[in-house]
Amino acid sequence: MKYVDEFRDGAVAQGLAKAIAAEVRPDRRYHFMEFCGGHTHAISRYGVPDLLPANVRMIHGPGCPVCVLPIGRIDLAIHLALERGAILCTYADTLRIPASGGLSLMKAKARGGDIRMVYAVTDALKIARDNPDKEVVFFAIGFETTTPPTAVAIQQARAEGLKNFSVLCCHVLTPSAIMNILESPEVRALGTVPLDGFIGPAHVSTVIGSRPYEFFAEEYRKPVVIAGFEPLDVMQAILMLVRQVNEGRATVENEFTRAVTPEGNTKAQHLVSEVFELRRSFEWRGLGEVPYSALKIREGYADFDAERRFHLEYQPVPDNKACECGAILRGVKQPTDCKLFGTVCTPENPMGSCMVSSEGACAAHYTYGRHKDIEATLP
Amino acid sequence: MSGQVKKGYARPLDIRHGRVDLSHGGGGRAMVQLISELFARHLANEYLAQGNDGACLPPGQGKLVVSTDSHVVSPLFFPGGDIGCLSVHGTVNDVAVMGATPLYLTAGFILEEGFPLADLARIVESMAKAANEAGVKLVAGDTKVVEQGKGDGVFITTTGVGFLPEGIHLSGDLARPGDVVLVSGSVGDHGVAIMSKRENLGFDVPILSDTAALNGLTTTMLASGATIKVMRDPTRGGLAATLNEIAQQSGAGIHLEEAAIPVKPEVDAACELLGLDPLNIANEGKLIAICAAGDAEKLLAAMRAHPLGREAAVIGKVVEDPNGFVQMQTRFGGRRMVDWLSGEQLPRIC
Amino acid sequence: MCLAIPARVVKISESDQAIVDLGGVRKDVSLALVEDVQVGDYVIVHVGYALTRLDPEEAEKTLALMAEAGLTEQAAGA
Repeated sequence: MKYVDEFRDGAVAQGLAKAIAAEVRPDRRYHFMEFCGGHTHAISRYGVPDLLPANVRMIHGPGCPVCVLPIGRIDLAIHLALERGAILCTYADTLRIPASGGLSLMKAKARGGDIRMVYAVTDALKIARDNPDKEVVFFAIGFETTTPPTAVAIQQARAEGLKNFSVLCCHVLTPSAIMNILESPEVRALGTVPLDGFIGPAHVSTVIGSRPYEFFAEEYRKPVVIAGFEPLDVMQAILMLVRQVNEGRATVENEFTRAVTPEGNTKAQHLVSEVFELRRSFEWRGLGEVPYSALKIREGYADFDAERRFHLEYQPVPDNKACECGAILRGVKQPTDCKLFGTVCTPENPMGSCMVSSEGACAAHYTYGRHKDIEATLP
Repeated sequence: MSGQVKKGYARPLDIRHGRVDLSHGGGGRAMVQLISELFARHLANEYLAQGNDGACLPPGQGKLVVSTDSHVVSPLFFPGGDIGCLSVHGTVNDVAVMGATPLYLTAGFILEEGFPLADLARIVESMAKAANEAGVKLVAGDTKVVEQGKGDGVFITTTGVGFLPEGIHLSGDLARPGDVVLVSGSVGDHGVAIMSKRENLGFDVPILSDTAALNGLTTTMLASGATIKVMRDPTRGGLAATLNEIAQQSGAGIHLEEAAIPVKPEVDAACELLGLDPLNIANEGKLIAICAAGDAEKLLAAMRAHPLGREAAVIGKVVEDPNGFVQMQTRFGGRRMVDWLSGEQLPRIC
Repeated sequence: MCLAIPARVVKISESDQAIVDLGGVRKDVSLALVEDVQVGDYVIVHVGYALTRLDPEEAEKTLALMAEAGLTEQAAGA
C-alpha cells in the first residue's frame, strides 16, 4: 500500500530511534501528549514505546470522540430507538458504550430497537430513502475530521427533500479540548505534571490546517508538531519535539506536510460553517462542561436536527465514582493508576470511556501493552 | 374387479422456479418428495438408502471423535464458497484437527418458507461435492420449515464422526515452552471475502474464502513423524482467539513474529480500509499446529508438500509465561500483545 | 474512529463520486469535500469521503528526512 507501508518501515524506525536517543538530554525527562485517539492506537499497536528512550514518556490525550461522549448522549440515542421508534444509524464504535440502566446501543438492539451500524453517513441517507414511513436518525460523533461528511449529508438530504432524516449532533472541537487540558489546574501549576509539548492530530489537521495551533504554542509556550498517522510519522514528530524543547523553542511545526497545509481544507470548513454553529457549552465525559467546544445544527437546517425534531432534553449522568477516566483523559494519571483497570473494568466490561473505544488510553494499554505491567520471561 | 391401485401421478418438484413451503417440513409426502428429489439425488449413499430413522454404521479402529457446528453465514453464497460446502468443511476440520479421520456427517436444515428451491439445490450439490472430495459420507439428516420472516433463508447444522488412531493425542493443554507455532497459510481470507460481498468492496484480484476440508493435510502432517502437540482451526475470532485459547489451556505464553505471519496484500488492504486486524478475522481452510522445536522443519516441509499447505510458515514459539499472554514482535520493531477480542468483529461470519 | 487512509483515484464517476484503490481493494468515495482531483491522484479517505489530496513531493521529502535522521546518527558514530 503506497504511502502507508513506507511509513511503517522497521529499518527507518531503528534509525529514528537512535536519533531520538542521541538527542535527548540525559538529565531531563520529556512528556509529550498525543492528542488524537488514532495516534494512541498507532503507538500501542506498533509498540512505539519500545523504541523510545526511557526518559521520553507519551501521555494519551482526550482526542477520542467515543471516549469523551457523555453517557447522557448515548441515552438520547437509545431513547430514540426504543421509545420513539426511530431507526438509529451509528458508527460501530458507539455500539458497546455502557449507558444508563445497564443498556448500551447493542443491548438496546437486542431489546428490539432498530439500531443499525453504518460505515458512512451516506448509508444512513440510503436507509432514509428506503424507509420513507420511518424516522431515521444519524448519531453524529467525531472531531473535525468527521464533521464535514455530516454537513454534506445534511445538505444532500435537503436537496433531495428527505422528510424523515435527522442528525443527533455530538460533534466536538479539538482546540477547545487542548485548551481545557492546558488550563487544568494540575498542568498549569508549575512542578506538578510537566507537559512539554503536543503531537497534533493528523486528520483533524488536514481539515482545520496548522494555523489554529499557533495560539497554543504562543500563549502557553508549548511546541506542537502535527504528525501523520503512521508510526514513523509519530517518531519523526517526537524527534522534532525533542529538538524544540532542547532549543527552548515553542512553535507549530508540521511533520504531515503531505496532507496538511496552514489553512487546511477551506471547502470543508465552509460547508461545516454553513450547516453548524458553536454550542455555548458541551459536557465532555471526564472533562465536565467545556465552553465553545462543540457544534449544533443551525436554525436554517432545523428540520434535520434530531434534538429539535424530537424535543429531546439532555440529562447529564455522572460516571462511576472510582473511575479515573477524567484524570486519564487530562493526562495526569495513567491507566494503571485506576483501581478499576484490568479488574472490574476491561474491554468486555468497560466501566468508563477510556476502556470502551479501542483508541482509549485504557483499552489501548489493556489490549496491546499490559504485558509490560507484568514480567514475562523469555527462554 | 380392477387389479392394483395405480400409483398416483406425482408432479416432480419445480426446482427452477419452486420455493420451499410449509408442507415441505410437515413429515408427509411433500417432505419425502423434497428429500428424494432434491437431497437424496445429490447425497446418495448406502447409509442414506437404508431409509430409517437412524443410520447403522460399522465399528472403526480407535476412539470415537464427534463434533458439531451450526452455520448461519450471511450471505449464503460468497466468493469462494457457500453455506453448503462451508458446513461440510467446518465439521470435517473440527474432527480432523483432533487427529481423527472423519468418516460420517449428519446435516440438519432449517428452511425458511419461500426459500427458492434452485438455491437449495445449489447448496445441496455443493455439500455433496465437498463431502465427496473430503471422503466423508452424509448418513442422516433432518429438514424443518419455519414461516417466512422467522429464518434467514437456511440454517444448517452438521455433526461429524471419526475415529482417532491409537497413539495420537492432541490437546490444547500440551503446548510447552520451546515448542514452535506454525500456520498452514494466509490468514483473514474468509472474513474479508464475506465482508467484501456485504460492503460492496471491489478487488483487482477477488479475495476468495479459503473454505476447504483439511483432513488430507492433517493426515500428511501426522504421518510426517513430527511430535505434534495440538492442531486447531482458527475460525471465529481468528488466529488471535485460537492462540489465546491454547495459551490459557497450556498455562504458557506465545511469542509471534508479525513479519512471518502470511497475509495476502489485498486482505491487508481491505482490513486497513475497514479498520480490522487480520489476526482477529475468521478462517475456514487454515490450521495452526504446535510441535516440538526439533520437529518444526520436518513438519513445515510436510505441510508445504500438500496443496493446502503451500504457504505454511513458522510464526512463533511457546514461552514461559504464567499469565498466558500472546505477544508479537511487530514489523516496526516494537512489541505488543495480541489480545482476543470480546467477540468476532463481523457478525454472521460462518 | 480516526481511521483515514491514503488511496489512489482510479475513476471519477458522475458528479463528485470516485472509485479509489488501496493495495488492490476498490471502494466508492465521495469527492464533495475536495476540488480538482484527477485520476491518478492520491487522496486521504475517511468514512467514505476524500478529505484532502496527498502531495507526493512532500511525501518523498518527509521520507527522505526520516531516513536522513537515522543516517546522520550512524555517521556520527552514535
